[in-house]
Amino acid sequence: MSVTNKHVDFFRRKDRLLNGGGNKAVEKQMALGKLTARDRINALLDVDSFYEFDLFVEHRCRDFDMDKRVLPGDGVITGTGSIMGYPVCIYAQDFTVAGGSLGLMHARKITKIMDHAIKMGMPIIGINDSGGARIQEGVDSLAGYGEIFYRNTLASGIVPQISVILGPCAGGAVYSPALTDFVFVVDKISKMFITGPEVIKTVLGEEISMEDLGGARVHSEISGNAHFYARNELECFHKIKQLFTFIPWNNKRKAERYPAKPPKAKFDIERIVPMDSRKPYDVRNVICALCDNSEFLDVHANWAANLVVGFARVDGETVGIVANQPMVLAGVLDVDSSDKGARFIRFCDAFGIPLITFVDLPGYLPGVDQEHAGVIRHGAKLLYAFSEATVPKITVILRKAYGGGYIAMCSRHLGADFVVAWPTAEIAVMGPEGAANIIFKNEIAGAPDPAEMRRQKVAEYTEKFANPYVAAASGHIDAVISPAATRDFLIHAIQISVNKSESRPYKKHGIPPF
Amino acid sequence: MQTPETVRELVIGGVAYETRFTRKFEERAQYVAPDPHLIRCVIPGVILSIAVRKGSRVRSGDPLLVLEAMKMQNEVRSPCDGTVRALPVAPRDTVTKGQILIELD
Repeated sequence: MSVTNKHVDFFRRKDRLLNGGGNKAVEKQMALGKLTARDRINALLDVDSFYEFDLFVEHRCRDFDMDKRVLPGDGVITGTGSIMGYPVCIYAQDFTVAGGSLGLMHARKITKIMDHAIKMGMPIIGINDSGGARIQEGVDSLAGYGEIFYRNTLASGIVPQISVILGPCAGGAVYSPALTDFVFVVDKISKMFITGPEVIKTVLGEEISMEDLGGARVHSEISGNAHFYARNELECFHKIKQLFTFIPWNNKRKAERYPAKPPKAKFDIERIVPMDSRKPYDVRNVICALCDNSEFLDVHANWAANLVVGFARVDGETVGIVANQPMVLAGVLDVDSSDKGARFIRFCDAFGIPLITFVDLPGYLPGVDQEHAGVIRHGAKLLYAFSEATVPKITVILRKAYGGGYIAMCSRHLGADFVVAWPTAEIAVMGPEGAANIIFKNEIAGAPDPAEMRRQKVAEYTEKFANPYVAAASGHIDAVISPAATRDFLIHAIQISVNKSESRPYKKHGIPPF
Repeated sequence: MQTPETVRELVIGGVAYETRFTRKFEERAQYVAPDPHLIRCVIPGVILSIAVRKGSRVRSGDPLLVLEAMKMQNEVRSPCDGTVRALPVAPRDTVTKGQILIELD
């Protein structure tokens, strides 16, 4: 064979494989409003930056006439590339090839690129669109899943791991995304569940649609399995790119520094928080009034919205924000918000991102459902995560900081490096009403007009304790600062924290209350 | 923002805070104290056999019925001493989770 013929042969082989499952399958994919795996990679990565691995891999199943079937790329496209210059490893399951089903070689392609990501210290993105295990391959297929989960765990905290659910992801397959750091879902396209509607119906007699069981909305609002929700695939890719601007390539690098920009003028820090601590406001406006260019990336925006977590920049440096949201459920801590906060804090700590905490909460959510759902062990995760974190920890108390909620929200006692409070702060063991009812129980009960006496005692307590100065007198907070001075303070705190080092006694790992 | 826009009140420590509720909070199940005299179905399935009749006296631990669910035969035993007041199910009935199977006095 001449050199020319070899080249012709090469292009012929390649073209056949690049076409995936063929025109008919591609049309079917498009009809569902979905891009093909290859188009997805091209849409997400920088133009012409994709270098493919393992295009010529073939499956090795010989049972059930599988030896007669050709599965291009074995149903998954893997490789390396870049996003806005950031290096990434990526894989995309190809639903047009045998429904994107996972066989042993399919899994080996994924684990190879994952190993590469871990060694090279670059983020890994997995685009999931698969019918599940390739049943013909039996236990080999299960082995494949297990090898992926194992690497997800090894990579955790070493390189950022991102999962994009762009199709079905059911049964065991869901556990790879669940082990990664950020899960993206798209309306009407993403479907995630352990057991599908069919099984639920036959076994339990309960009828539910796929969308209501495990659609994008469910996972971004109810279960919390998804961190980012998008209305279509392109919006989803845009959000991934936005996330990439905030996170570092790996745990040994700092996140990229951007030119510092002032917040936008429309966010007036003096006018956001009402004096009356019973009145709500959107804490995201406080965040936007303080961070660069008023740019805030809300993580888990629609799940456990009583706690806001996400990325922003201060003086050009990425910071992780954790803030109570008085606008939703009065900003209380509960099972879901504790899980949400703890997970986010651990990501920031693993990747060297300083934490800024904004505090305004009345305490924990009361309720039988909360207690029975384990608010004790879930709430403990937040305490653990804040205490464990050794990145710079800066806490700003905006208004209420009562009781256990005060402690949990990165108080000095959990190792915060800077704790400041606004003049509107109320740092106390509990709200004035509750405290007065306990402390002055006898006076109130014995008074000729108990209601009037209660009012008086509440006012007395408020005057004496509902302020930041009692805590400041004990040194539990470092300073009382005005809202207007807060951005400068944050910039100062971030700047002088660059060399923070905190050493702890050796341990293999802690035992967080998972 | 999926949270309903209506401003609601949430009482914490005797103070009513103006805020919004989440869909999950609004749809949370209300707690009902369990009544040991009502034997409820814990898993959907089919009644295979019933060991008691209306008026039967039972002691704590006595078998009441066999419920087949998830391909397992589950013997349901009496949680307390009592008399069968009502027996709203029969063999071969399909029963759902939470359904009352037997009422004791």
